[in-house]
Amino acid sequence: MQRKFTLGLALGILTTMLPISSTTYAQNATDDIAKYREMIADGNPSELYEAAGEELWKKPAGPKNATLEKCDLGLGPGVVKGAAAQLPRYFKDTNKVQDLESRLMTCMQKLQGRDPQEMVDAPFQKGPKKDMEAIVAYVVTLSKGDKIQVSTNHPKEKEMYELGKRAFFFQGGPMDFSCASCHAEDGKRIRLQDLPNLTTQKGAALGWGYWPAYRVSSGQFWTMQQRLNDCYRQQRFPFPIYGSDLTMALSMYMAKNANGGTVETPGLKR
Amino acid sequence: MNMKNMKSLLAICSFALLAIAMQESAIAQQANDPKFNKMIKDGFKADGIAGLDRIDQDATQKFCSDPVFASSKQGEKMREKIQKMNMDGIKQPSDGKYIGDWKKGEAIAQSGRGATWTDKADTPIGGGCYNCHQIDQKEISYGTIGPTLWNYGKLRGNSQEVITYTWNRINNSKAYNACSNMPRFAHFKLLNEQQIQDVMALLLDPTSPVNQ
Repeated sequence: MQRKFTLGLALGILTTMLPISSTTYAQNATDDIAKYREMIADGNPSELYEAAGEELWKKPAGPKNATLEKCDLGLGPGVVKGAAAQLPRYFKDTNKVQDLESRLMTCMQKLQGRDPQEMVDAPFQKGPKKDMEAIVAYVVTLSKGDKIQVSTNHPKEKEMYELGKRAFFFQGGPMDFSCASCHAEDGKRIRLQDLPNLTTQKGAALGWGYWPAYRVSSGQFWTMQQRLNDCYRQQRFPFPIYGSDLTMALSMYMAKNANGGTVETPGLKR
Repeated sequence: MNMKNMKSLLAICSFALLAIAMQESAIAQQANDPKFNKMIKDGFKADGIAGLDRIDQDATQKFCSDPVFASSKQGEKMREKIQKMNMDGIKQPSDGKYIGDWKKGEAIAQSGRGATWTDKADTPIGGGCYNCHQIDQKEISYGTIGPTLWNYGKLRGNSQEVITYTWNRINNSKAYNACSNMPRFAHFKLLNEQQIQDVMALLLDPTSPVNQ
């Protein structure tokens, strides 16, 4: 009798605890991921990419056998420190709003004589894109800790922002998804992955501010262009063209929303 | 009334009218913008099974791409029209069977694969249900974009009304909420009839772990 009672009591406690324990589990998993990030933050593998990128920046290359050291990323020729924090922006020489990768393609073309189409067509993590990824790692590291400060003063910048906002909500594909399906509400998750609300300053800073990043799950350094590319893959869209105005517009929308936040790149992601 | 007062009255009136007009245009449906259309068209290339037809929006997608208008008072009529259109496209099960095998349903709910440009045409498409919903609470890796479905059948029972509603909702969620975040599984042939019966079982079968 005594035994049965204890067993019943234990079962009762167990069943009342069950619903609680599953949420605590999920919470713990999120906490564990945060702890893991903290643990490896000291040795972010992006450092390897940065070192390679710095070398590529200073090494003569391309048909013109020139370095990228005179590349103007918006703060004047050769200024890398703080440059990523103010991109995307309007550039007079190309008469276009450009993000970091688009601008680097311009520099590679003008200074080194390289064909930007080769960069556009190359698969991520291979060939010319591999160089691009390293250079991006180098450039964004030199803005780490800076304030995100993107301008929409120029009419073309303002226009890009508005186009980006519209693109953010553009639904398509067999699942009716848009960027907003996952990134327009606070406190949402896909599986255990927290989703930043990119329509708010706080959320945009969490998203834009931490990319480009080293992705632990793939063991790769991902640029913002690759991040956007994979978002569209998961949205079941066709393949977004590298450096297209579409990707400039979306970047402008996120970056401007993130203004005032801190550049934490290169980030460290799941 | 003297002339000066007349003038200021006129000024106030036209200002008020302008303000009303501006407010109205602020919640009118988004205008067609050739520049935007070109940017989208030039922004993508076809890759494998992900063709450019995927950016040709249907009426539902077009309407829901403008969330300010879609959720406004002015958008109400259109919202109802979109919902009716989606409702009219739903087919009830051809064999009259609504409930399949919950074990198969669980596997469908777990898989978020398929339909991307890295998939093949014959890659099985998952329901991706756990991406957004808590279902069997034993699975702790669940998303929160949709509501929890734990104890779905236990809480609602399985009257024909509940069964039909659930069937319709999985087939085409936009029949009830024009801009629901949930994919239209039957409309876009993401899941076939039998797979939907299996997901139904996961939610409604009294023996499903979801209803324990």
